[in-house]
Amino acid sequence: MTVPDTTQVPDRISAPALEMRGITKTYPGVVANDGIDLDVKPGEIHALLGENGAGKTTLMNILYGLAKPDAGQILLDGKAVEISGPSDAIERGISMVHQHFMLVPVLTVADNVLLGREVMRGRIFLDQAEARQRIRELGERFHFELDPDQKVGELSVGWQQRVEILKALYRDARILVLDEPTAVLTPQETVEIFGVLRRLAAEGHSIVFISHKLYEVLAIADRITVIRRGKVVGSRIPSQTSEDDLAELMVGREVQLTVDRGESHPGEVMLQVADLRIPNDRGRQVVESVSFEVRRGEVLGVAGVAGNGQDELVEAIVGLRQPTGGTIVLDGEDVTRDGPRALHEKDVSFVPADRHRFGLVLSFPIADNIILTDYYAEPYSRGIVRDEAAILARAEEAIAQFDVRTPSATVGAGTLSGGNQQKLIVAREFDRDLKLLVLDQPTRGLDVGSIEFIHKQVISKRDAGTAVLLISAELDEILELSDRIAVMYRGRIVDVVDGRTANKEAIGLLMATGGRSEAPAETGATAR
Amino acid sequence: MSTDDQPMSTIDRLLSRSLRGQLAVTGGAIILALVVGAVLMILTSPIITGSLDPWLWAEAYLALVQGALLSSNGLIDTFVRATPYILAGLSVGLGFKAGLFNIGAQGQFLMGALGSVAAGIALADAPSIIAIPLALLAGVAAGAAYGFIPGWLKAFTGAHEVVVTIMLNYVAFQIVSWAVSEPLRARGATFARTTSVGEAGIPVLAGTTGHELHAGVLIALAAVPIVWWILYRSTIGFEIRTVGANPDAARYAGMRPRMIIVLTMTAAGLLAGLAGAVEILGVQDYLPASYATSVGFDAITVALLGRANPWGILFGGLLLGALRAGAPLMQIKAGVPVQMIDILQGVILFFLAADLIVRWVFRLRETRGGSVDELKTVTSSYGGSTATRG
Repeated sequence: MTVPDTTQVPDRISAPALEMRGITKTYPGVVANDGIDLDVKPGEIHALLGENGAGKTTLMNILYGLAKPDAGQILLDGKAVEISGPSDAIERGISMVHQHFMLVPVLTVADNVLLGREVMRGRIFLDQAEARQRIRELGERFHFELDPDQKVGELSVGWQQRVEILKALYRDARILVLDEPTAVLTPQETVEIFGVLRRLAAEGHSIVFISHKLYEVLAIADRITVIRRGKVVGSRIPSQTSEDDLAELMVGREVQLTVDRGESHPGEVMLQVADLRIPNDRGRQVVESVSFEVRRGEVLGVAGVAGNGQDELVEAIVGLRQPTGGTIVLDGEDVTRDGPRALHEKDVSFVPADRHRFGLVLSFPIADNIILTDYYAEPYSRGIVRDEAAILARAEEAIAQFDVRTPSATVGAGTLSGGNQQKLIVAREFDRDLKLLVLDQPTRGLDVGSIEFIHKQVISKRDAGTAVLLISAELDEILELSDRIAVMYRGRIVDVVDGRTANKEAIGLLMATGGRSEAPAETGATAR
Repeated sequence: MSTDDQPMSTIDRLLSRSLRGQLAVTGGAIILALVVGAVLMILTSPIITGSLDPWLWAEAYLALVQGALLSSNGLIDTFVRATPYILAGLSVGLGFKAGLFNIGAQGQFLMGALGSVAAGIALADAPSIIAIPLALLAGVAAGAAYGFIPGWLKAFTGAHEVVVTIMLNYVAFQIVSWAVSEPLRARGATFARTTSVGEAGIPVLAGTTGHELHAGVLIALAAVPIVWWILYRSTIGFEIRTVGANPDAARYAGMRPRMIIVLTMTAAGLLAGLAGAVEILGVQDYLPASYATSVGFDAITVALLGRANPWGILFGGLLLGALRAGAPLMQIKAGVPVQMIDILQGVILFFLAADLIVRWVFRLRETRGGSVDELKTVTSSYGGSTATRG
C-alpha cells in the first residue's frame, strides 16, 4: 500500500510516512526530548544516532504510545494522530523490534508470530494452517524462509530477530522501529539482517534504525539524524559524511575513533596455556586442545564468532570453570586449579562479557561494587568488620579517576548508564599492578566516547607491562588493539597472525570457516 | 544491554519513587487488610449483634488498639507476643537476603523449643545462672542443626529449600510429639507434656500474672541490631547479600556461594530455634506433645512486612504482636472473634504476596535490559535467582 507510485507527482512520493514535530518530554530535572523533529519517508531507512542517554528510546517510546509528550505532534501520512498505547500504535502500522526479543522460546515460530493476533476458525479454534501459509508467504517475499513449526528457542539469535521482524510484518507494519538491532548479532548476521531491511525498504516500508554504531549507520541508512542530550544536532546523508564527523556530532567534541596505540614492547611469557580442554555447562567439550601464550606488555586478541568456545576459555583462565585437561601457567606457576580469589591475589584481573551477570551487583551501591573483589582485605575490612569510610573513600577516588558519571558513590550501580557501569568495572579491575588482564567483550553495547576511554586504558595497561588477553566479537576492536590475533573456530585456535599486518577479510573468513576452503554451512538452527 | 536512554536523574527519581513505593505497598497492604476486615465485620454483624451494624468495625478496631497499646498490661502483652515473631522473622528475613526462602522456621522453632525444654527439665533444679544459658544454648543448637540440613542439601545436591523445609516442618512436629509423649513425658500429667523447666525459666522483669514481661523480650530486641550489623557492616553479611543478589557475581568475586548458603540456613535455623527456646523458657514453662503454634509461618508475614530488613522485621513483629495482644479485648468488647486477626494477617500477606511472592516462587527473571527493571530487584532484595552451583 505504501509502494511508491511513480505516476504520482514527486512531492507526493516524498511525503513522510511518519513525522514527529517538536516533540518535547520533560522528566523532573531533565529534558529527555527537547523539540525533536523527525520525518521518515516511505521506503526510507532512517537512522537515529545518539549516545546512550541521548533520548532515542524516550522518543521511540513516545511514538509507540508508551510515553506522552509534553509538547509536539505525531503525523502519520500527513495526518496528526494521538497514539494512546502500543496496541494503538500497532493498529496504525507502527511496530517495534526490541533489543531484547519478546519471544516465547518454547513456542514455535508460528505461535510466536500469532501471539496476540490469533487467526480464529469459529470462535475457539486457532486457524494454524492459514497462519502458517501467511508466514511462508511473508518469508518468501522478503527472502528469509522460516520453518513455522520450529521452536523459537532452537533458533540462533539472528534468526530470532527475523521472527520479530516477521511478527511486525504479520501485523501489517508500515513503520518498523528497530532498537539497536545488531547489538546481539555477529558481523555476518548483521550483514544478513541489513539485506532483509533493504528488501523491506524496497517494498515501501519505512524503517527507523536506532543505533550508536557509526559504521553500521553509514552502511544501512538513507538518512541519519543525530541527537545529543535530547536535541537534534544534525542530519546527514551517508554519502556526505564520515565516521569522524558523526562521532563529533554525537559526542559534541572531537573523538579519537582509533586509539593511538604506539609500539608495544613484549617481554617474557606471562600466561602459557597448553593443550587446554574445557567442557560447557552440559558437559560437552567446547574447547579442544587450545595452546597459546601471552607476553608481558602485549595484547593477544582472540577473534571468533560468538559461541566458538571463547566464553568457556575465558572462564577457565579466570578460574570460574574447571578444565578437563591441559595446563594454565601464570608467570611460571601452574594455576590450572586456582579459583577466582586465588587468581585475583596473583594479580589477574577480569572484565567479564556480561557485566550484569558477573561484573556487577546492580542492586548494590557503586561503592560496594568497587570493592567487590577486595571486600575481605584491608583496608576495606579488618577481620570481618567492614570499614565503611575506607570503602567510600576508595569509591570516590575511583569515580573521580575513571570519570564515572554519578551523583554519588552510594547510588545503586543499576542506575548508571551502560558506559558508566563498564567504567566502574574498569576502575575496579584496572586500578592496580597487574600481571594478566583478561577482557571479554570489554566495550559491548557502549557508545564511542566510552569505547575510546576504555581502549586508551587497555593500551596504558599494556605499556605498563601487563599481559592482556582480549576476546571480542567486534573484529574492528581486535584489529585495533591486538599485537597478535588468534582466531578461534569450533573450540580450536585455527591460526595466530600478526596484529599490525592482519587483513580484516582474511580473518573474517577464518572466523567463518576455520580456514577450510568450503563455504560455511548456513543454518538457522545453531543453538548456543 | 545498555539502551537505558532515560537520563541519569530520571532514574534517580524512579529509584526514590520506588523506595517510597515500597513503603507504600507495605502500608497499603495493611490498610487494605483493615478495610477487608471492616467489610467482613459489617457483613457478619447480624450474626454477632443480631442486626446489621455498619460501625461494628470501628468498635472492634478501637478495642484492638486499646487492648494492645493503651494499658501497661496491653503493652507487655504486645512485646511478649512480638518476641518470637521478631526472632523467627529475622530467621526468614536472613534467608531472603541470601536468596533463600526459609519456610522451615516453623520446624526450626519447634526443634529449638524441644532442645531448650529437654535441657531445661534436666537442669530444672540447677542454679538459674547455669540453667538458663544452657537451656537457651540447647535450643539454639537444635534450631541451627535443623537449619543446616536444608542448607547443606541445597548447596550440595540442589534440593530446593522450599520443598525440603516444608517436609522438615512435618518431621519436626512428629519428633516433638514423640519426644514429649515418650522420653520427656511428665509422669502423672493429664495430657502428654513435659515437666516444668523450673530454674531454667527466663526471669520476669515486670508485670502481673498473665501479663509478665520476661527478659527474653530483651534478647529479641538485641537480636535486631546484631543481625542488621552482620548483614550490613560485616564481610560475612556482604557475602550473604551478594550471593542473594547475584550468585554469579559472588563467584566472580571469589566468594563460595555453597558455603554461604549452608551458613545462612544454619544461622536462620539458629534464630528460629532461639525464638522457640525463648518462648518455652519465657512463656510456656513446659512443652505439650501437640504444641499448637504457627509462629514459624507467621514469621513469613513478618519478614515480608519488614521487606527482609531487620528494622522492618522489628516493626512487623510488633505489629503482629499488637494484633494478637489486642484481640481478646476486641472479642470481649465488640464480640468479634479473635480469629479475625488470622484473617487480617492472611489478607496482609495476600496483598504483600501479590507483589513479591509470585515473582519469587515462579522465579520470574527480571529483564536485564534497563536499570529500571533492576530496581525491582533492589526493592525486593530477595527477588534474584538462587545459587545452586558454587
